[in-house]
Order: sequence, then C-alpha cells, then structure tokens
Amino acid sequence: MPTDILMPALSPTMEEGTISKWLVGEGDSVKAGDVIAEIETDKATMEMEAVDEGTLARILVPAGTENVKVNTPIATLTGEGETVPQRTNGGGTKAPPKRDDKPTPAPQQAAPAPQPAKVAADPDIPPGTEYVTITVREALREAMAEEMRRDDTVFLMGEEVAQYQGAYKISQGLLEEFGDRRVIDTPITEQGFAGLGVGAAFGGLRPIVEFMTFNFAMQAIDQIINSAGKTLYMSGGQMGCPIVFRGPNGAAARVAAQHSQNYASWYAHVPGLKVIAPYFASDAKGLLKAAIRDPNPVIFLENEICYGRSFPVPKLEDHVLPIGKARVVREGRHVTLVSFSITMGITLEAADALAGEGIEAEVIDLRTLRPLDTETVIESMKKTNRIVTIEEGWPVCGIASEIAAVVTEQAFDFLDAPPMRVTGKDVPMPYAANLEKLALPALDEVIAAAKAVCYR
Amino acid sequence: MAKSAKDESAKAPTGKAAPEDLLGFYERMLLIRRFEERAGQLYGMGLIGGFCHLYIGQEAVVVGMQAAIEQGDQVITAYRDHGHMLSCGMDPRGVMAELTGRIGGYSKGKGGSMHMFSREKDFFGGHGIVGAQVPIGTGLAFSNRYRENGRVCLTYFGDGAANQGQVYESFNMASLWKLPVVYVIENNQYAMGTAIARSSSETHLHRRGVSFNIPGEEVDGMDVETVLDAGRGAVAHAREGKGPIILEMMTYRYRGHSMSDPAKYRTREEVQDIREKRDPIDHLREKLIARKIATEADFKALDKKIKEQVARAVEFAQESPEPPAEELWRDVYRA
Repeated sequence: MPTDILMPALSPTMEEGTISKWLVGEGDSVKAGDVIAEIETDKATMEMEAVDEGTLARILVPAGTENVKVNTPIATLTGEGETVPQRTNGGGTKAPPKRDDKPTPAPQQAAPAPQPAKVAADPDIPPGTEYVTITVREALREAMAEEMRRDDTVFLMGEEVAQYQGAYKISQGLLEEFGDRRVIDTPITEQGFAGLGVGAAFGGLRPIVEFMTFNFAMQAIDQIINSAGKTLYMSGGQMGCPIVFRGPNGAAARVAAQHSQNYASWYAHVPGLKVIAPYFASDAKGLLKAAIRDPNPVIFLENEICYGRSFPVPKLEDHVLPIGKARVVREGRHVTLVSFSITMGITLEAADALAGEGIEAEVIDLRTLRPLDTETVIESMKKTNRIVTIEEGWPVCGIASEIAAVVTEQAFDFLDAPPMRVTGKDVPMPYAANLEKLALPALDEVIAAAKAVCYR
Repeated sequence: MAKSAKDESAKAPTGKAAPEDLLGFYERMLLIRRFEERAGQLYGMGLIGGFCHLYIGQEAVVVGMQAAIEQGDQVITAYRDHGHMLSCGMDPRGVMAELTGRIGGYSKGKGGSMHMFSREKDFFGGHGIVGAQVPIGTGLAFSNRYRENGRVCLTYFGDGAANQGQVYESFNMASLWKLPVVYVIENNQYAMGTAIARSSSETHLHRRGVSFNIPGEEVDGMDVETVLDAGRGAVAHAREGKGPIILEMMTYRYRGHSMSDPAKYRTREEVQDIREKRDPIDHLREKLIARKIATEADFKALDKKIKEQVARAVEFAQESPEPPAEELWRDVYRA
C-alpha cells in the first residue's frame, strides 16, 4: 500500500522547515537509508533518509518550499507493483484517502511571534528610526559581528561555534569573517573553558563564552561566580573581568529535566554579575552589544524557542541599549504584568485577551534581571495598584518572588491586592508532552492571575 | 635532579644561577620565612582572621621560579600565596596589611590571605577554590598567545589540586592550542591532611600530563638552584611556542595546612627530619659559605635587614586603619 513520507521533526524545537532539495525524482526507486532530500531547519541543513524501500511515486511538496509544517506529507512511496492513481484496497479495508485530492500545503510566511499590535516604542531608540524585521538569532549574530569588527580583543569561544556554525546557528558565518583566532571551537569542557575565558579577560581580552545551553554551565558555575563575579571586589577594584557568558536558558521542547532548567534567579542572586534576559530582537541586539562592552561579567540568557521569532530591529549604525532598564511595552491602567524572556509571549497575549474583557494591562519587560529596574516596576504598580509577575523558572526564590518582595516593601500602601506570581511548576521538567505543558506557565494562568488581582 | 616523563622531550636551553644571584635568593627566601613566622604570630594574637596558609618550608620553589621568568610574565596560584606575592616583588607591608584586613592591604582589606592581586607586579591571585586558578592561568596564557606578546604564565597548584577535573580540562586545551603556560605543581606531600599516596592513583604528578602530550619533570623543590635550572628550561619551552610543560616540585610544608590544623596526620619526627636535612634556606646558606659567596657577617646583616623589613610590615599592618564603611559597597562593579 502506498505510504506517505512526512515532513520530519529534526530537532526538539522544529515546527516547520524548508525542503531545499529533492535528491531523487518521481519514479526513482529508493532503499531504506538512501538520502532522498535536504531539509533546512532553523538550526541546520539536514539530510533526510528514506525509511522504507519502494518507488518514489510522487513528490507532493516541491523543492524550495518554505515553512512546511512537521508531519505534512511531502511525498508518496509505493511498493513493488503499486502505483498511486490506481491504489486498491486489496483486503477490503477502508481505502486511504487519495493524496491527489489534497492540495499541496501552501507556503506560509515566517513563523510569526505572538506579537500584539500594541507594542510601545523603546524610548531609548530615537523617534523616526527605521526598522527592519529580523529574527532574534540574526540580532544576536549581528551584535557579535559588529562588536568583533569594532574591537580586536573581542572573541567568541564555545562548543561548535566555529566549524559547525553554532549548535543553534547563532554564530553562523563568524568563522568565515573572523577566522579561527577569534572564533574558537572548544572541547566539551565547560568548567575549563569558562575558567579559561575568565583568565583571558584578566589578561585584557573581551571573551564571549557561549554555552550550548545554560544547563551545561552548571558545570562551570564556580568559575562564573567565584572567579568572574567576585574577583573585582576581592582585589579591591584591581581585577576587572569583562566577559559575556551567553547561550540559551530555560526549557526548549521535550528535552526533560536536565536540559530544561531556567537559571535566571540563580545568576540574578549574585552581586558582581550582571544578568540580561531579552525577549525582543531589538533588545537582544542592543543589550548584547552593551554586554560585550561592559567592563563586568555579564550573564546573557537567551531562549532557544525564541531564536526563530522575528521582530523589528532599528536600522542604526550602532544600536546599543542601556543595561538595567526595564521597558513598558504596553500601557494600561488596571493591572501591571511583569515578565522577561519567553514568557513575554504569553504575557502579551494575556494583555490582548484581558483587553477584550475590559481590563487594560500594563506590560513590563524587565530585560535586565541584575541590576533589576525596580523603579519602573514600582512606578507602574503605583498607577495600577495591582501586579502579577510571570516567569518560566521555579517559584521558590524566583524573580517573581523578588518583585513581590520589592513592591511589598517599597510600595505596600499602593497595593489593592496581594502581588501574584505565575511561574513554572515546582517540579523537575517532565518529558511527556502533556505534563511538560502543565509544568510551564500558561496563558490561561496569566489571565486568571490578572483577573484575580482585579477581583474579577 | 630533573627526571623527564617524556624521554623524547627536547630540553630547552637552561642556565645555572650566577653566584651573585644566589645571595639575593637567600634574602628573598629568608624574607618569606620571617614574614610567615610573624604572620603566624599575628594570627595567634587574633590580628589575622579566617584562613591563613603558611608557606614555610617551600620557599625555594617560588624564589627559583620567579628568577626564571621575565618582567611581564604572569604568576597565579591558589591560597598558600604569601610567598608568591613577596617573590613577585609585592610590598610586604601591603601583604601583611591585607592579612590584618586593613585599608592599606593589596585588596583594601576585602580579600584577605587567600585573595590578593597586583596588576603592577603581574600577580593574578590568590584564589580560594582548589584548582580554579588552573583554567584561569591557562586563560592568561591564552591571552598571551592571542596578543602575541611573548609572555608566559606560571600557573601554580598543589598536589591536592592535581586531582581536580578542571586541571585536566586545562591541560587538554593548553596542549591543543600550544599555550605558553608552565604548570608548577608544588607537591608538599599532603592535600590538607591526606597524604599523596592516599589520594592519588598516580603519585608521580609530573606524569599527569602524559595523556595530553605535556612533558613533565620532577624537580627537587628544596634546592633553589635546581628549581631555577628546571624553571629556565620550562619557561623557554613555553615561550618558544612548544606549549605547556609541567614541573613537579618536590617540597614540604612545615606548618599545618592552615592555622587551625593540628597536623595529626604526620609525625613530629617526619617534619623534624626534613627541617634538619632538607631545609631550603639552611641548604643554600651552607652552599654560600662553602662557595665563599657570603660570610657569617653577611648573614648577620641580612638577618637584621629582613627582621626590620618584616617589623615594618607588621607595624604598618597594625597601624593601617580598617577599611571605611563605604568600602562595603565599592568594587562590586566597575563603572
């Protein structure tokens, strides 16, 4: 019986991809293991192998088609003697639906980020500036490339950053432009290269140390905190450590407990470190450039799922944003919603949904977690008198807990309801799709919390 | 004398110490010893707090190695670091004042015994976590290669740190990238209270680089001339772009691991025996007399000079005020 060849999921976060090339034509016979197509994911171009033997009867999605959803049938394979138009149901069972009747999936536009219409302009960007829409991935890459062009002491090191072009393609093309002196593949040796980076910073360089994910940085956390974070103080101000530790933080998709931890509050706890966690591409670029120029160690927390999201980025010669400033991305008067990084997505969606019910939410993107811009948060809360903080990490001693403590201590009289938290659940990340979904903060939880503090 | 772990490793050019240098070595070793003895006393008087790890017995290692490097080369070590600092030419007054937690200390009183630095003297600490200085020293060597400045980094660590994983992560990268680093293992036989044979499956620590293609030598760390000789060879090896090299200095500490160590893990006789037979300072003194480089009168004058120098350091360390309260909030970030 003819079988469908489906668009495969080639990475934990892949939702769609591009069929770059078919390596076999209609009518060709294939064996299991033959490479039949090249598929470009958000991370790399991958070869697709046939899993069955047969004849490639029909190509359903032509080469060059972009944004083909995972599990979309892309070709039909027939067994010996079978042909597609003359499918028979031989055994009298229900006939499979005729593929020919189905239209080829239409190419779609680039994955839209959940982005409501009402995103306020960043007051740090000059009015009248032109914008160009790029992905967070491209924004990060541009930031590094621009800073490397500007300053020869800036270099990038990490696992697979050079020849492989980056495990998540953030450093794609940098080896070609800057060479292997400045774009350096390391062995898998987190504690070693984190410490080596610290030493290089003491030696007058400005390292960007990429962790493939921050889960692996736990092996290096002594070097990050004790060596990078504390030495300026312990040396009475002599030993500055200008270094950026960056990489994806938090849950990706279906990679379970050891690969899905959010370290925002861990690093934000430590005096001597600066901690940045952007959501929008403009902030990713402007703040990464600022981090690279900063004379202090900066933890730059990215998010794997957000890498492919597109946002407008100002067309400026040198787009650098101040570290330590939160941004009001949506104005409102009934409740303040505070978030950062990936959960900005559901927070903005919640604001849209709440608006439909007459609740005008003010949304703040923290952007920097240390130093924390409590002033912007308190100012907003004084206006709305209600506050909900949304974060992906665990609830205990989290960023949301800190926000709740700060508003309670510093502006208690302005609160009309207890500050609330919407966080990841207090469990290690489960693998099962349904449980994983339950473990993460959800849109309806944000809406429910916002309504609760509004007594609605 | 030096034994090579890798027979084929070509030995870089070496040089013996000049007679006129030897008296200088003696003076520096004596300064370290007298300084440490006084530090021990101040600790007993409650003027120095926390952890304080004395270097007494190991003086020949840092003095010999320091003579093997050039100005601009870097030095980094762990927390038994007073000897390294004095050897780098840091002011004994500033070191002692740091021990007493005063504003006149190298870290304004905020680092203490284990965390002192001098950019001016290329001393990069002073690190409190066993083994953590090894990747950092490797990174300093990385910056040297990146800048092509011809500098070498001396990265010291003990026999205890030799069992930390990050040491081997560093070895791997240093060898892979041919970084100009000399790993100086100060094997004083005890990782805190654990004798080397009880903690290490391979007790010949100079062989620990074999699987990374890093040559290593065992060196008599109680003889400053031998240290210098091996040090010059190793530094030349690193400076010439041949990559890292390991020197295992066989040495001994007379005092406990730190001031609070009752040292029940070894006998008094063992310590006494080494003091009598292998003391690096006595040993050099005998050589200087035998070679007619110095007389008893010279030694007397030196003793007096060092005694006064240390007394001035102690005086400074007691007179220098405590850091003002504003210092609590300074130096967390650089503007």
